[in-house]
Amino acid sequence: MNPIILDYLPILIFIGVAIVVSAALMGSSFILAKSNPDNEKLSTYECGFEPFENARVKFDIRFYLVAILFIIFDLEVAFLFPWAITLGKIGVFGYISMMIFLAVLTVGFVYEWKKGALEWD
Amino acid sequence: MIVVSLLFYLFSFIMIASAFMVILSRNPVHSVLFLILCFFNSAGIFLILGAEFLAFILVIVYVGAVAVLFLFVVMMLDVEFKSISSTVISYLPIGLTIGVIVLAELMLVLFTWKRDYSVTDNLSITTDKQYSNTEIIGLVLYTDNILFFQLAGLILLASMIGAIVLTVNHRPSAKRQDINKQVERDAESSIKNIDMKPGSGI
Amino acid sequence: MDNILSMYLYPAAIIAAKSVFLITTLLITIAFLLLADRKIWAAVQMRRGPNVVGAFGLLQSFADLLKFVLKEVIIPSKADKAVFLLAPFVTTVFAISAWAVIPFDAGIVLADINIGVLYILAISSLGVYGIIMGGWASNSKYPFLGALRSAAQMVSYEVSIGFVIITVILLSGSLNLTDIVNAQSGDYGILNWYFIPLFPMFVVFFISALAETNRPPFDLPEAESELVAGFMVEYSSTPYLMFMLGEYVSIVLMCAFATILFLGGWHAPLPILDFIPGFVWFVIKVCFMFFMFAMVKAMVPRYRYDQLMRLGWKVFLPLSLVMVAVTATFVVFFK
Repeated sequence: MNPIILDYLPILIFIGVAIVVSAALMGSSFILAKSNPDNEKLSTYECGFEPFENARVKFDIRFYLVAILFIIFDLEVAFLFPWAITLGKIGVFGYISMMIFLAVLTVGFVYEWKKGALEWD
Repeated sequence: MIVVSLLFYLFSFIMIASAFMVILSRNPVHSVLFLILCFFNSAGIFLILGAEFLAFILVIVYVGAVAVLFLFVVMMLDVEFKSISSTVISYLPIGLTIGVIVLAELMLVLFTWKRDYSVTDNLSITTDKQYSNTEIIGLVLYTDNILFFQLAGLILLASMIGAIVLTVNHRPSAKRQDINKQVERDAESSIKNIDMKPGSGI
Repeated sequence: MDNILSMYLYPAAIIAAKSVFLITTLLITIAFLLLADRKIWAAVQMRRGPNVVGAFGLLQSFADLLKFVLKEVIIPSKADKAVFLLAPFVTTVFAISAWAVIPFDAGIVLADINIGVLYILAISSLGVYGIIMGGWASNSKYPFLGALRSAAQMVSYEVSIGFVIITVILLSGSLNLTDIVNAQSGDYGILNWYFIPLFPMFVVFFISALAETNRPPFDLPEAESELVAGFMVEYSSTPYLMFMLGEYVSIVLMCAFATILFLGGWHAPLPILDFIPGFVWFVIKVCFMFFMFAMVKAMVPRYRYDQLMRLGWKVFLPLSLVMVAVTATFVVFFK
């Protein structure tokens, strides 16, 4: 018997119940409410006039930069989790090891700051 | 035990089905969404194996961060969905070549793979119940495997610099807020008393 | 066959019953907290707030629910229908599923997993999908721009939340939520709680939680002066309700999470008050956190987008990174 997956079975059941409840709540309107669509009602909202072009427009590359930087810092946080709970056991060596890791990434962060990657204009 | 195997087949079935949908669906955004479903199910399989830390890191990093970037890229691509099918033919030869090479490599791995028991026998930490698997990772990653850990840090640094070099280009005309300048400003430097005579300008 | 029944089916039925109870309680609590939110907002502005339906307007949220359910569902003709409907659905399901690991009292928890903190972090990082999917599937300009803004905002503040959680874990030495709460118990009551040694991190967590849940002053995605209603422009009826519900469920989740990480969970502030059940303390603390959320909404004007990004990346990120190093130094050399 593998105990770890059994710890997670309640979560699986809970998510199942959550899905059923949410579906019931969301479906209720499709059943109870009157549906009376017409062309104007279903058109895209654009302050009273017809949309000029498709809504899927090109957007600023800055959003990618934010997403990429987020991945990098998220990985950094992921590395910190096992370290944080074992710090008492791996002692000073583990501490110094992580400080070097953080220092390397701080160099990157400073570069980012100086380059103005964090500016939003 | 039967529940565990049922869960395994459920997760693997959804995983393979959604992997097929990733390549079959015509809309790239749907592909990314199926990819996310695929990640979830592989997290479930990690859980069955008992690797709970890896399962959640997979969700946090891949679903929570990488797939968001994928969605951004795909949403920005602005591809005409109809034009994809017409260009498929022209990419067919190179696609087939790469596919055959990858398949051959997979076959090589599959038929020459042998489990090397000396690796698992020589581990300094045993996988007994004394430690949770997050702790086992923590006990070896930062000390025994310090080289790989620091290399990971350097790779992250390189990717950070690469991303910035590729994407940062400032418009010189942009007006930015300088908080320090605003805070330093006081009445003496910004207000000037001028004695005005009627009928004349400054 | 009997064996399988007694081994799996009965425990599963009990867990399912518990889940139904937990979700129902949660949703009813949310109904009243929503009313409280509006009442506090009204009180700050010297208004009365909802006061017609039921005594003191207590049934207002239920009347709203009825109204949402009876409204027509409008799906724009250009929208991607499946994704359009999936977006509010996953928002609510993700927000609710995080509650499976929250301990309400000693031993009162649905699933006491080893790494509850990571579970909540993982689930809350999924909150961004409902918004991106909704904004994209609407195929309309305002929702699309709102979704982009919101995605960038949520990921920016998630980084600082991650670092803040690391400082708490460094002190408690465990990823299990029950262990984190128990690490804050002791003879000194309130003085044992982590918000005292980690006060700057508590503030960072609170503000990041506001940004993470798109609450004012960080409600840029639905800034009605610029983007009408952000990613929700095209939504109506129950799909809109699901977005609202998901938002409030995750707000209360953040309150509960802050209570567990910083305010000692179910422990009494003074050892003399131990006779009051822990569950009551937990609820009081969550309500206190929610009151703070509501007051911020009522008092603080909305941020501008560049200011929001500056706060996240240039203030909170370095601050929390330094605090991780400082806390680790303390743990290694002075503890």
